[in-house]
Amino acid sequence: MTDPLDPAVTDPLDGWAVEVLGEPGDVLPVVTAPDAVLSRAGAEVDPTDPKVIRLAADLIATMRVSPGCVGLAAPQVGVPAQVFCVDVVGHPKTATVHGTFALCNAKVVEASRWRPGREGCMSVPDLTGDVKRAGRVVVEAVLPGTGAPVRITTDAFEARALQHEIDHCAGLLFLDRVAGAHAVYQRKVYL
Amino acid sequence: MSELAITVIGHDRPGIVADVAEALAKLGANLTDSTMTRLRGHFAMTLICNGPAAPEVEAALEPLAAGGQLLATVREVRPETGAASAGEPHLMSVHGADRLGIVAAVTRVLAEAGANITDLTTRLAGPLYVLIAEVDLPPGSAEAVSARLDEVAARLDVDVTLRPAETDLL
Repeated sequence: MTDPLDPAVTDPLDGWAVEVLGEPGDVLPVVTAPDAVLSRAGAEVDPTDPKVIRLAADLIATMRVSPGCVGLAAPQVGVPAQVFCVDVVGHPKTATVHGTFALCNAKVVEASRWRPGREGCMSVPDLTGDVKRAGRVVVEAVLPGTGAPVRITTDAFEARALQHEIDHCAGLLFLDRVAGAHAVYQRKVYL
Repeated sequence: MSELAITVIGHDRPGIVADVAEALAKLGANLTDSTMTRLRGHFAMTLICNGPAAPEVEAALEPLAAGGQLLATVREVRPETGAASAGEPHLMSVHGADRLGIVAAVTRVLAEAGANITDLTTRLAGPLYVLIAEVDLPPGSAEAVSARLDEVAARLDVDVTLRPAETDLL
């Protein structure tokens, strides 16, 4: 039996890969605040519905062409549904990493090691904010395509990304969680 | 439509923001960026606002200022043009025993380095003086600025830390 506390020796995605979703998805335009879709709680989805599978593929395609993007949720492409993708491979703050994956109907079931960090979001392009997130989470969800239930234990940057995307699926932006009245900043323009 | 810089300051009490914001809304003056905070029992508001000409706004705020409860100023300003700076965002903390000239000395170091302060708060709590600032540093200058700040801090007998305020795009 594998040690559930050691993510290095488990594969909670059980061999799931982007190819499960079939054809590569389309790159969709990213919606920005104050679009109402970003503030609406997404509906639970049937992970085997071809439309949901397509949506997951589109999210991954859109994430991949967006510089610096490590995750994208369905409301960010205008669809109020509980589907998102994440890929934090290669990010300097990543510890545990599960590669590129998409999840449906995800919920945080355990959260600990809360710490602050400054976040930006493609859907709030001009601002950043200090947000406390759990440095270790357990997330339960189902995989698009196979519909298999998963329980992912992760930490550090992948944990932060999962919480940010799960928030999007619940109609929440990082602005809903900033640490204080002085914790929102104008995003710097890098030339 | 003019861009206005408005300041309001007065003894803190519930309702200052509501009163001022309501007076501005009635005039069709649209609040854009602002900070409003309590400073040692005074409530201080600094607002940028798009709306009618300054004298009209001043007149609308006058009833609030009557009785000396609030002090309001309204000035027309030129709208900002151009992008924000491309500096490296850092957070600077300074703390130590209060003495004259802490802010002057540490901000002079930043100014000489071409660093731009985008936000700064100071608090005096008993004998303890605290300064927290958001600073955009010219690329690659962090180490030199930090060393220079250490020298100045040693002279003032305060502690200073300068750390990157990096943002993760999610």
